[in-house]
Amino acid sequence: MKMASLTGRAAVVSFALLFSFLLAWHLATRGSGTAQHMDPEYAKLMGATATQGKSAMPGPIDVGVKLWEHLRRPFYDNGPNDKGVGIQLVFSIARVLIGYLLAMLVAIPVGFLIGMSPLMSKALDPFIQVLKPISPLAWMPLALYTIKDSSLSAIFVIFICSLWPTMINTAFGVASVRREWLNVAKTLEVGTLRRAFTIILPAAAPTILTGMRISIGIAWLVIVAAEMLVGGTGIGYFVWNEWNNLSITNVITAILAIGLVGMLLDFVLARLTRLVTFPE
Amino acid sequence: MSDRFISIEGIARRFPVPGVGTTTVFEDLWLSMLRGEFVCMIGHSGCGKTTVLNILAGLDAPSNGTVIVDGQAIEGPSLDRAVIFQSHALLPWRTVIGNVAYAVSSKWRNWSSVQVAAYAQKFIDLVGLKGAEHKRPAELSGGMKQRVGIARALSIEPKIMLMDEPFSALDALTRGTLQDEVRRVCQETGQTVFMITHDVDEAIYLADKIVLMTNGPGAVLAEIVENPLPRERTRNEFHKHPLYYATRNHIIDFLVSRSRTFINETRGTYDPRNVAVVCPGLPEPAIARTYDTSAKPNRGQQFAAH
Ligand SMILES: Nc1ncnc2c1ncn2[C@@H]1O[C@H](COP(=O)(O)OP(=O)(O)O)[C@@H](O)[C@H]1O
Ligand SMILES: [Mg+2]
Repeated sequence: MKMASLTGRAAVVSFALLFSFLLAWHLATRGSGTAQHMDPEYAKLMGATATQGKSAMPGPIDVGVKLWEHLRRPFYDNGPNDKGVGIQLVFSIARVLIGYLLAMLVAIPVGFLIGMSPLMSKALDPFIQVLKPISPLAWMPLALYTIKDSSLSAIFVIFICSLWPTMINTAFGVASVRREWLNVAKTLEVGTLRRAFTIILPAAAPTILTGMRISIGIAWLVIVAAEMLVGGTGIGYFVWNEWNNLSITNVITAILAIGLVGMLLDFVLARLTRLVTFPE
Repeated sequence: MSDRFISIEGIARRFPVPGVGTTTVFEDLWLSMLRGEFVCMIGHSGCGKTTVLNILAGLDAPSNGTVIVDGQAIEGPSLDRAVIFQSHALLPWRTVIGNVAYAVSSKWRNWSSVQVAAYAQKFIDLVGLKGAEHKRPAELSGGMKQRVGIARALSIEPKIMLMDEPFSALDALTRGTLQDEVRRVCQETGQTVFMITHDVDEAIYLADKIVLMTNGPGAVLAEIVENPLPRERTRNEFHKHPLYYATRNHIIDFLVSRSRTFINETRGTYDPRNVAVVCPGLPEPAIARTYDTSAKPNRGQQFAAH
């Protein structure tokens, strides 16, 4: 018999792993032991968790049911503390995209400047070295104090954290454009602006997009934490709110959603990177 | 004064060396070329040939001296001087026609894209790449890449072509074909060509004059060998010419021994402004006369009459 393709075999292993995980999860969270004898009033107060020996951790089936509920009604809105996961995700994605795009508008030109000018590279280096390692969340109080708007502050934090990987990669990509390509432009008397767009940009594009991909990944990591801090809306706030409601099922559902959206964002950037990559 | 198209006037190039100060690749280097002339430069690796070519191209500036082209001192790269790079230097994100069109649209900035494409296509056909227009450089063989480089250089209709070991990375067969093509195209268009090569046969086949450069650092132009072969020569016949071996041996002898000893042997008598012109095949001493640009190289015609 012929061996199935690598992808096919990998899919089989993936499914097997997923199934084992779900099974283990199910077995671990299944109710065990019988209800203890206790005062019925007290049992009522304690709820099913304590009285039926059922684990507080929801099983995969509970989560599956919840997930199905969310999938059927992702965008319901019952007031500030009860919105669908879909709405919350849209809030988070919107913040990430706004902060991220603003950051790109700054990071790519500045990266170009640093990459093209050794003077600016040296002059800006100390600032970047100091600013880069600051946890984006450390900016939050400052942002809240100056901007006075929680949503804008979250966007600002996304902006700050998206800036560095793209800026540094752009500078590196621009500075390491092959000399012979620049010489081609020189011998053809290509002006600075045209050279930037027709030689440096395409040559550095794969490196720039790699930076942009790292940036979007970090932005998506940071938004959850930022929204937990500022509250109001967004998937981060949702997670925190459901934790306060002790709805672990909802928390797990949200975690899953965060992972999927993060994967999707990365996938889009990976596609774009492939588009501008050239074989040598 | 004669039609001195390119005149290298006393150029020097020094590079800083950490700890030592500077190293002088060459200094007080003089050389002139006539319009339509094909000049090859031969010398060992590291003697400064590429440096000379980069200065001619305007990609590098001499530490001293100037280069006059067509009556004007060069101040940087120019569309009048096309460069064919050793590493072909194609833009890998552009197709074959995209690479040539980039040069065409750089020269004629207000042409429409249709005009540019049609014009680029003409030169792609000229170098025999019809059918490969939409391939990317990564899909081409070394010889095809170099053809694109040649098409790109020709497409801007330069007054001078500068080639830095354009064929050294190619296999012998491809090299031969490309030499034929470069020869044909340059003759048809009356190009003035300055070419660096390692290959003595290539120089004899292509060049009107062969400039011999001694080893560096502090390299000098030892001689200018006037090619005694007729201008009309073919790949299959040129090595049967009675003066072929004399020329070849003279150059190889230079490369093997005299490139090392030349500077010491001529100390005190060497005049960088009057580099000896050698016509191989003449009775010894081989040095016929000092370099005089007013004398046309016409010996080839004499031998052609044989
Ligand atoms: N940018 C540079 N900095 C320092 N030295 C250089 C530089 N470019 C060339 N050289 C030196 O100049 C000499 C001549 O180089 P090059 O013109 O490339 O030689 P060739 O083309 O004849 O092989 C070499 O010894 C090389 O090390
Ligand atoms: Mg060289």
